[in-house]
Amino acid sequence: MTTYIDVAAALSAKFSQAVLRASRDHPAFNVPAGQALAVLRWLRDEAGFEILRDVTAIDWGLERSPRFMVVWHLYSPAAHRYVRVAADCASDAEPQMPSATELWPGANWHERETYDMFGIVFSGHPELKRILMWEGYPYFPLRKEFPLAGLPAELPDPEVAAETKEKVQAAPMAGGPFVATPGETMSGAEPRARDEAWSESSQKPT
Amino acid sequence: MATANLEYAYDSKIEGDIVVTQLDAAINWVRCHSMWPMPMGTACCAIEFMGVAASRFDLARFGAEVTKFSPRQSDCMIVSGTVTYKMATVVRRIYDQMAAPKWVIAMGACASSGGMYRSYAVLQGVDRILPVDVYISGCPPRPEAVLDGFEKLQRKVKREHSLSNLLKPS
Ligand code: SF4
Repeated sequence: MTTYIDVAAALSAKFSQAVLRASRDHPAFNVPAGQALAVLRWLRDEAGFEILRDVTAIDWGLERSPRFMVVWHLYSPAAHRYVRVAADCASDAEPQMPSATELWPGANWHERETYDMFGIVFSGHPELKRILMWEGYPYFPLRKEFPLAGLPAELPDPEVAAETKEKVQAAPMAGGPFVATPGETMSGAEPRARDEAWSESSQKPT
Repeated sequence: MATANLEYAYDSKIEGDIVVTQLDAAINWVRCHSMWPMPMGTACCAIEFMGVAASRFDLARFGAEVTKFSPRQSDCMIVSGTVTYKMATVVRRIYDQMAAPKWVIAMGACASSGGMYRSYAVLQGVDRILPVDVYISGCPPRPEAVLDGFEKLQRKVKREHSLSNLLKPS
């Protein structure tokens, strides 16, 4: 088993396309999407990072391409260390990534959540459907263009919708959301309302 | 003066074996003193509701003997917690399964108005899908506030025209 210290060196020796990624805590690597599974498998089997702690994604915004990036966090129970692997999705319109469910069954729900929130399709996933929002929900809420207050949609249950004549509506922001600014004095860091009136009626200022 | 007899009073020395009252008052008396809650617990308020029902505050003192987890056997749905849109349809279906007469208490900020969850996923107040009788403020409300809300509901039930409602063709 490789020790924690030389994971970076060993990984770049094995996978020439893996580049070290700027990170403030744990070692992190950018890898091409096609190599992601091979890297993850190597980290699991050869480097002792046996536990998949998290699968998530980043939406870098509409302006950037590649826009979506999938991030895996692995943990080594022997070394008590983490490592982070990130891979860009090739397509911005229909982002895709190979599924890690064959390596870790626990990846199943993480990938469903990532699909639910970002719309990233994990190819090879045994049952890729929404996990938090309901089936048939038309949006991916953690994408950058999705307003915090939400967008109008139909209720999950058509019978209840017909009975109550209710719809999914944008939530009234009422001066919120209230955000704290880090790095200030306690009194300066108090939560304050940030103006997000655009999410209710007016357009988001560009 | 013809006011509804809201008080149920009976003096055996005067009236013997006969009770004189109005049907409305008798029905309401029965209803409001045996109101079994359906704890629709969806978030943290439900934890506080456990406190209300447990020995220290003891909701049973007010006739809510048993918190029934079956909608068929309960009279008052206490929505305690954040209701997401995904859950909202379930809440509505459970309400539909309850036998009339039935009442709804919205316990806490989330059930009353969506609370702090101004979000794409959260129903902004359970009154958008259910007819709410009593709102209880707080995050979560103190057990005393829930007891107060429950008593308010009992007072409300005492004023209902139960007989004419029963005879009304549905
Ligand atoms: S009102 Fe507060 S305590 Fe109650 S469910 Fe909402 S967040 Fe939790």
